[in-house]
Amino acid sequence: MSESTTEKLPKDLAAENGMVNVQIDGNWIQVPKGTRMIEACKMAEKEVPHYCYHPKLSSPGNCRMCLVQMGMPPRPAPGEAPSYGENGYQEIGWMPRPVIACANTVAENMGIRTTGELVETCRHGVMEFLLINHPLDCPICDQAGECSLQEFSVEHGRGNSRFVDNKVKKPKNVDIGARIRLDDERCIMCSRCIRFMDEVADDPVLGFTDRGTHTTVTVHPGHLLDNNYSLNTADICPVGALTANDFRFQMRVWFLKETKSIDTNCATGANTVLWTRGNEIFRVTPRENNEVNSCWMPDNHRLNFHYVNSEARLNTPMIRNKAGVHEPSTWAAAVQKAAEHLRIRQSGEIAIIGSGKQTNEELFLLGKLAETLGTDLLTLVPRFGESDGKLISADRNANTTGATLLWDTEDPYAKLDAIREGVRSKRIKTLVVFYENILETAGFKEADLAHLDLLVSNHILPNGTAKCSHVVLPGASFAEKRGSLVNITGRLQRINKAIEPPAGAMDDWEIIRDLIAALDKKAPPLYLIEDVLKAIANEVPAFEDQNFSKIGDLGVQITLTGETIPLLEAEYHRIERGEIVG
Amino acid sequence: MSDIQYIHGKQPHPREYRLIFRNVDRVGWDPSLHTYRNDGGYEQLRHALTMDPKAITDEVKASGLRGRGGAGFPTGVKWGFIPPNNTKPVYLICNADESEPGTFKDRYILHQDPHQLIEGMVISCFAVGAKLAYIYVREEFPEAAHILERALAEAREANLLGHNILGSGFDCEIHVHRGAGAYICGEETGLIESLEGKRPYPRIKPPYFPAAMGLYMCPTIVNNVESLCHVKHIIRMGGEEYSKLGTPRNTGTRIVCVSGDVKKPGYYEIEVGKLTMGELLHEVCGGPKDGRSFKAVIPGGSSAKIMRCEESFKIGKGDDAKTLSFYDLPLDFDTLAAAGSMAGSGGVIVMDDSRRMSWVLNNLNKFYAHESCGQCTPCREGSTWMRKITDRLVAGTAAPSDIDTLNSIAYQIDGKTICAFGEACSWPVEAMIDKFRDELISETSESNEGIAHSAENEAQRRFLQPSQS
Repeated sequence: MSESTTEKLPKDLAAENGMVNVQIDGNWIQVPKGTRMIEACKMAEKEVPHYCYHPKLSSPGNCRMCLVQMGMPPRPAPGEAPSYGENGYQEIGWMPRPVIACANTVAENMGIRTTGELVETCRHGVMEFLLINHPLDCPICDQAGECSLQEFSVEHGRGNSRFVDNKVKKPKNVDIGARIRLDDERCIMCSRCIRFMDEVADDPVLGFTDRGTHTTVTVHPGHLLDNNYSLNTADICPVGALTANDFRFQMRVWFLKETKSIDTNCATGANTVLWTRGNEIFRVTPRENNEVNSCWMPDNHRLNFHYVNSEARLNTPMIRNKAGVHEPSTWAAAVQKAAEHLRIRQSGEIAIIGSGKQTNEELFLLGKLAETLGTDLLTLVPRFGESDGKLISADRNANTTGATLLWDTEDPYAKLDAIREGVRSKRIKTLVVFYENILETAGFKEADLAHLDLLVSNHILPNGTAKCSHVVLPGASFAEKRGSLVNITGRLQRINKAIEPPAGAMDDWEIIRDLIAALDKKAPPLYLIEDVLKAIANEVPAFEDQNFSKIGDLGVQITLTGETIPLLEAEYHRIERGEIVG
Repeated sequence: MSDIQYIHGKQPHPREYRLIFRNVDRVGWDPSLHTYRNDGGYEQLRHALTMDPKAITDEVKASGLRGRGGAGFPTGVKWGFIPPNNTKPVYLICNADESEPGTFKDRYILHQDPHQLIEGMVISCFAVGAKLAYIYVREEFPEAAHILERALAEAREANLLGHNILGSGFDCEIHVHRGAGAYICGEETGLIESLEGKRPYPRIKPPYFPAAMGLYMCPTIVNNVESLCHVKHIIRMGGEEYSKLGTPRNTGTRIVCVSGDVKKPGYYEIEVGKLTMGELLHEVCGGPKDGRSFKAVIPGGSSAKIMRCEESFKIGKGDDAKTLSFYDLPLDFDTLAAAGSMAGSGGVIVMDDSRRMSWVLNNLNKFYAHESCGQCTPCREGSTWMRKITDRLVAGTAAPSDIDTLNSIAYQIDGKTICAFGEACSWPVEAMIDKFRDELISETSESNEGIAHSAENEAQRRFLQPSQS
């Protein structure tokens, strides 16, 4: 004992760092003070099954699936000092009643059992209760394959049913909003959707009616679930009660391939997963990134992918003949044709218009192209709207920050007016356009474009600008290429290739590379997109030492623009107030 | 007390001790302030306002008063749970949502002696530092709500409520809030949610202990009507003197509501622990109906565990242990808990040998299945499942294995829910199967084993056993 009085006890060592010691299934670990028991179990790599708990939402503790056994050291009698065992911990007195792991926080010397007879009995019971009135229509349910009810049934279910009475009948196929469909019989009343709409979307249109076993989720009278964040409720619904109309009955989820990517619909750059089968995108869902989009994503952004699957995709390079008709051509001929014209022009007669939706690699190479051509008429097309106060940035271009860094300019849109005026006044004779239908987005007129000696443009779908172009270069969509982007806060993130571009189309960075190579035989060879990022890393200070592996799935902050994402700010406040885990 | 005359036919039994019910059924009594003040009403308030609030809490602690709503938690201790460094407003709520089947005591206080409650509440508000209090009245007491509103208006008029009460500098306001017909609103956190205008979903504890995070996330004390009335008498008698009523650890008087198969059902105010079950049922209530004998008793409201009348119980531990027959059990909190049931809300439901236990159980299950709020899984799904099984038991289409299923469902609910409703709905089932298993089994039939009770079930059976279809 004389030795141990001089030695510090584990509790003191932990307290010095704001930690507490918790015994989880027999092993002692240190976790930060105030951690929820369920999160502590996660840290100890012990799974606690749950339905209603979601770290981004308040914890009502209503599903009762996360019941665990808890123990604390017995309170010493008055005047008696607590006794410590050889390992420095007090003995744990186990409570006979289970507690929910989701809403309770850990304490020093607490014990948690995530297995054992009591815990297993609780889980068996809750699973049985959840299934007695469930329709068990897994074969026709869209959630099948990603359903928590199925998953925990396998691990904690009974295998057979003791329920022989009539099930409760509830509304099915309920139209509660434009993008979401509700099946109340499948609902397990976890209230995640209700809490999401209330706490995150600030549009509390969902609620329960009736009571007891007849409890039914529905929209409040006179309201619809038509918020631009409504599809997130389908993501967090642990069962098949809320399903997305867009994805409903389209594909079994187990056939889908997941590719991590980034939303390119605005400068926030929400992290996403692209769900594909073959060469088709079936859905886009948000991916958790607590520096960008938490777990959420706006509906209009996630649904903006169907054009990628379009039958009308441009799939071969085309050159306009003398009669004004576009004829299919080869990449070699198309690039050659463009290069021929570009070579003979004076620098002041050439302008390049890129897109704020392009990757860093493409924008960097556009800069190189401008350098090769000796022109400084290089711009992006601005796309500004209003922020929705959550995840949609006022800047609808995904990579304005990237362009600012790569082109070392404060305003990558500055030259647009001069270029438009130059084209109108016929001073500019050759125009290279990437990814933009400038007739619609940049205020160009068809008549002005007719003055041009050469209009080279890159598109993925036919449009007015393509129609006016002498050379049309079919490109790849966001889902068909790799690359990196910098979001509004200055975070470097990467998109990945989920599907192949149409047969005759080409990855955009390769198109620009080939144009440069055709113009400048001494241009350094670039074989892989990694080579481009390496070149960026060598030339642009903010990108120093960056590569695709380093960017990883969650990105890296390469600069601080001072901009913030409103939804994240709101989330930080809720974490500070202890309302959510975060 | 001898000068008080009671309405003919409603005189208290000699074994009663009328404290709270002193004025109930009294000749010449009405719920007006005038009558109440003529009887010495509000003098305790005047006295209490001169005391130190902490001294009032100490008196209540010394009195040993235990909550009369059902759980029997010491009232003074509950008041002491308000965080000492609290800077938020404190609320007091009077739980007048008396909805436990078999309980009908609070309604008589509300109907006949509302000022006793108001006086008790203002004293309690002063003690806990609450300036705003609510009386949550169940929807089924419309008359009580009117009477309370009238009484509160009278009290306000007489400066017994409102600003600077009786010149003491203490401000206090009381509002009546009416429920909308849900049993769960009697659960204190459900009540608070309801008061906040939401569905009465009970809150998880921890962290939402009302004394720290109650109404509008402020410290809140929720007490039963009868408990708050006792506060007035504790101030009058002094905590120590009050604690001499009843028995140690089970002090004071309490109102028991006897219903069912006795000759004289009704409300009886007795000193806690001074009467045995036998004395209450035979002496006070006049025994069983002619030609009948007692079979079973639910001693503390419908959620208390049922007891067999021919049973005997081992009470106490070690050398103090003694075996008592059912009729020798003293009516107090601790003995009934030791006997495996509870004193609960004081609703004594008596059943004689004419009663079918399957019907009794089904009746209870129907109530709880109907009243489950539906927030948490075990109670939401389990309560109705149990009802469906006992529906079949009563109809004669249950199999013996259904009784085991019923029992296991109850244990799957018990102790695993957010609020005590889980126990309320599972205890009657557990106890009924424990005490009357043979009788329940006798109403089942082996031939009902495996038969389909629903069209879905029949389809499934044919699918799984095509040869037998």
